[in-house]
Amino acid sequence: MARSDEPIIRVRGLRNQFGEQMIHDGLDLDVRRGEILGVVGGSGTGKSVLMRSIIGLQQPTAGEITVFGEPTLGRDETETVDIRKRWGVLFQGGALFSTLTVAENVQVPLREFYPNMDPALTDQIASYKVVMTGLPPNAGPKYPAELSGGMKKRAGLARALALDPELLFLDEPTAGLDPIGAAAFDELTRSLQRTLGLTVFLITHDLDTLHAICDRVAVLADKRVIAIGTIDELIATDHPWIAEYFSGPRGRAAVQSQHAAQARTTS
Amino acid sequence: MSGPADFSAADGGTLRFTGDLSLSRLGTLPDRLNAFDGTATVLDLSGVGRFDTVGAWVVHRFAAKSGAEIRGLDADKRHLLDQVEQADQPVAMRPEHVNPLTRVLGEVGQAVATAFHTLHGLLGFLGATTLAFLNVARHPSRFRFNAVVHRFEVVGVSALGIIGLMSFLIGMVIAQQGAVQLRQFGAEVFTINLVGRLTLREMGVLMTAIMVAGRSGSAFAAQLGTMKLTEEIDAMRTIGVSPMEALVVPRVLAAVLLMPLLGFYSSMIALIGGALLSWATLEIPPITFIQRIREVVPITDLYVGLIKAPVFGAIIAIAGCFQGLQVESDAEQVGSRTTAAVVQAIFLVIVLDAFFAVFFTWLGWN
Repeated sequence: MARSDEPIIRVRGLRNQFGEQMIHDGLDLDVRRGEILGVVGGSGTGKSVLMRSIIGLQQPTAGEITVFGEPTLGRDETETVDIRKRWGVLFQGGALFSTLTVAENVQVPLREFYPNMDPALTDQIASYKVVMTGLPPNAGPKYPAELSGGMKKRAGLARALALDPELLFLDEPTAGLDPIGAAAFDELTRSLQRTLGLTVFLITHDLDTLHAICDRVAVLADKRVIAIGTIDELIATDHPWIAEYFSGPRGRAAVQSQHAAQARTTS
Repeated sequence: MSGPADFSAADGGTLRFTGDLSLSRLGTLPDRLNAFDGTATVLDLSGVGRFDTVGAWVVHRFAAKSGAEIRGLDADKRHLLDQVEQADQPVAMRPEHVNPLTRVLGEVGQAVATAFHTLHGLLGFLGATTLAFLNVARHPSRFRFNAVVHRFEVVGVSALGIIGLMSFLIGMVIAQQGAVQLRQFGAEVFTINLVGRLTLREMGVLMTAIMVAGRSGSAFAAQLGTMKLTEEIDAMRTIGVSPMEALVVPRVLAAVLLMPLLGFYSSMIALIGGALLSWATLEIPPITFIQRIREVVPITDLYVGLIKAPVFGAIIAIAGCFQGLQVESDAEQVGSRTTAAVVQAIFLVIVLDAFFAVFFTWLGWN
């Protein structure tokens, strides 16, 4: 087992190229065990491509990636099954299987990796995951087409958490949710992360999410990670894009609302 | 690192759990716990290594069943167990079971209702398309010339290759089969009548209609369905552009105008195929073939084909556009509506072809 101070994800010299267009060049990134790392960057800076490279959906042109201390690149899918069991992924739209009900969606990973498990137990596991992710108890037999956007994301999260992963990838989890739903989803991510001891790799554009739940934030620009640290540390750097991002009108509003929330909880 | 999950019974109803109580290391523990029939008053978890929600759930369920008390957890594990306990609520897992007889009857009823609903919708759409054509005729400036020309290319020009190949092969097959059968009566020369009348009157236009339904009818449904999904059609309406005029009229017009051309082209290629085969197997030179065609095929056969073609084109385009515009809400519907468009178009084409056959016979065009 990996030592606890070793990064859970380690990316070195990653290069991704589509034809003439270079997305990443010499990108380095460490994700520490037990943290929520926010990944931000302008549109087209390759946030999703970075996530897809780490989870093996995209073959990078060069570089090395280790997850849980094991290299993932250039290996057979059968060799990485044990690593895949230990992470869960929530795609942007939830990516639920449209022909299966919510309960069946949550059971897919269990059935796939533990085919001998007692069906009664998989039913029970699916049922408490459904409740844990804040879905109403009658959501189990519903099909994805019958769910709202927020419920789809919750159901996608329930599926991502089906195997009790140590590492969770979230791709813009609050995009397209109303502010109340987005705040509730942030709260849910935070509480699950604490309860289950998760490490979370979180791609987002949502400044409120960054302020509310991220331990550290990595900024993608110029084809690599230009800065990584807490929000206060990032604001202290003098990179123009970061300054613009966190000190623009939306950034300031997020800081204010965060301070107000802290004041409420401490008083 | 501790071993796989296990438990042992000690005196006084204490069950001591050891190892990792986690999904990957659980093994047969749930089954053994279910089979455990002694009394348990205390569950001691102080020897447990890794502990996840599945392990917590199994312990929680057992504790709830046997009324035992859970002990020996540190703060993190206690928190996890509390969260899992809170999530233990009755959850509906499966859609309600329906009696098979009721379900079958329900599905039959639904299918009949859908059929009538579709027929009704299709007739309504035919009316709406006609109105759109009249509107465009009244305001010629609203006619989208470029869109129509583009459809001409997609529906007609790019179909020439595949329709030509198909027709050529069909002409050859008709001639070959005809020659084999007619030879038994020494009447091989009537192969020419067979090829000429069959292709000009029926096969040329019918096979072209089936090919156009598969190529263009499906494309119309998929295009309009996707535009409906991405709200392009709603955007058009809000800007004041009528989707009927901008999208449906060019497609229907292209299909109506090009079907006769494609049908004629298909018949000619089929004749060439038949002529080549007759030349090769029956030793009828092409010039004789053409001569005989002129003698035995009445000109009304060509009229029959050319009159049917635009009607078929209209049916194909209207079925495609109608089904495309029926798409709502999800991407799966684009697929099912596209299939429905092709099936409907081919079905209606064949039904109408039968009516046409009776009608032209009644006219005396045989």
